[in-house]
Amino acid sequence: MPKVRAVDLLEKFDLELVSGEEGLHRPIKLSDLSRPGLEIAGFFDYYPAERVQLIGMTELSFFQRLSPGEKKERMDKLCDYETPAIIVSRNLSVPVELIEASEAYSVPVMRSKMTTTKFSSQLTNYLESMLAPTTAIHGVLVDIYGIGVLITGQSGVGKSETALELVKRGHRLVADDCVEIRQEDIGRLVGNSPELIEHLLEIRGLGIINVMTLFGAGAVRSHKIITLNVNLELWDPEKQYDRLGIEEDKLPILDSEITKITLPVRPGRNLAVIIEVAAMNFRLKRMGVNAAQDFTDKLAGAINDAGITEKQ
Amino acid sequence: MAEKTVQVQLKSGLQARPAALFVQEATRFNSEIFLKKDNKKINAKSIMGIMSIALSNGEEVTISAEGRDSEEAVETMASLIEREEWS
Repeated sequence: MPKVRAVDLLEKFDLELVSGEEGLHRPIKLSDLSRPGLEIAGFFDYYPAERVQLIGMTELSFFQRLSPGEKKERMDKLCDYETPAIIVSRNLSVPVELIEASEAYSVPVMRSKMTTTKFSSQLTNYLESMLAPTTAIHGVLVDIYGIGVLITGQSGVGKSETALELVKRGHRLVADDCVEIRQEDIGRLVGNSPELIEHLLEIRGLGIINVMTLFGAGAVRSHKIITLNVNLELWDPEKQYDRLGIEEDKLPILDSEITKITLPVRPGRNLAVIIEVAAMNFRLKRMGVNAAQDFTDKLAGAINDAGITEKQ
Repeated sequence: MAEKTVQVQLKSGLQARPAALFVQEATRFNSEIFLKKDNKKINAKSIMGIMSIALSNGEEVTISAEGRDSEEAVETMASLIEREEWS
């Protein structure tokens, strides 16, 4: 199923459909826009037909100067079978030739009240975020002190239970069990919940609960940028866990990567508190305060000093 | 790794109860099991994941598994999805 269609733009930007209704379900595959000024002037050699075409004041004023024959020819060529949509801005009146051509080739023609530049930047932003590469990850996404923390781990390790405790402590649930991730830019991963299971949490033994109705609107969020991954795993006595916190592990998602912390699960460890602290510590590190590094430096200094006094 | 594409035969699709049974069955295997519909890939041991892709009658899904009992897991899960009625 295509991610964005002309009909989505119609709803999202409150556009007015002028003609070519049949083509409303054409997929939009590119986030680039085209302003077909040169094409209207007759130069179709490099016409990017697969882009959304945006027609503003300049293009239309020029169009008015053409002869009736030229007008028809240019609009026929503009309405390619690949063209996903043609949008006229500033609420300008749509030329008859365009309406006729769009009906003939089923290209949706829509009209916006906004100015061309403003509309074009909003449309580009929207298309870029909608057409961004996506993936889904098995895990729970919680907003902890403003840090989007993705909690992962084997099924049954206690991800949802930890999320519930975090919500009780005043943090916000974004998604449980299945997190849809969109890469809006390299290093910018936005996570949200699949629509059907938004605000829901599944706790073994209780079943499905609705976090928003139970804890209020402040306990949920619709989406959040993911910056930290906490991976829960059953305590393995053979495995070495990080004792210092100097090294940073990374989790690759799409073409980006985020910091990964592995937390061993064992009875008596309060995971919610540990994750809360992990998020705060991560914030501190980004502000330039690194407790582990500071301590190691201090220790190195003390060892060196001791060595010098020995020698003397 | 084992993989198989099947069509949902269940008359009313994979509703909440069948989904719960499906997940219960999946958790009995040691392997990691995934379901893929369109371009969404979800963990078959996650009930919320299964319900989020809302499988209806006639839809195609690809089941894949990785682990020592992957073959068996894929066969069992596939046969569940291809069953017309669940008792």
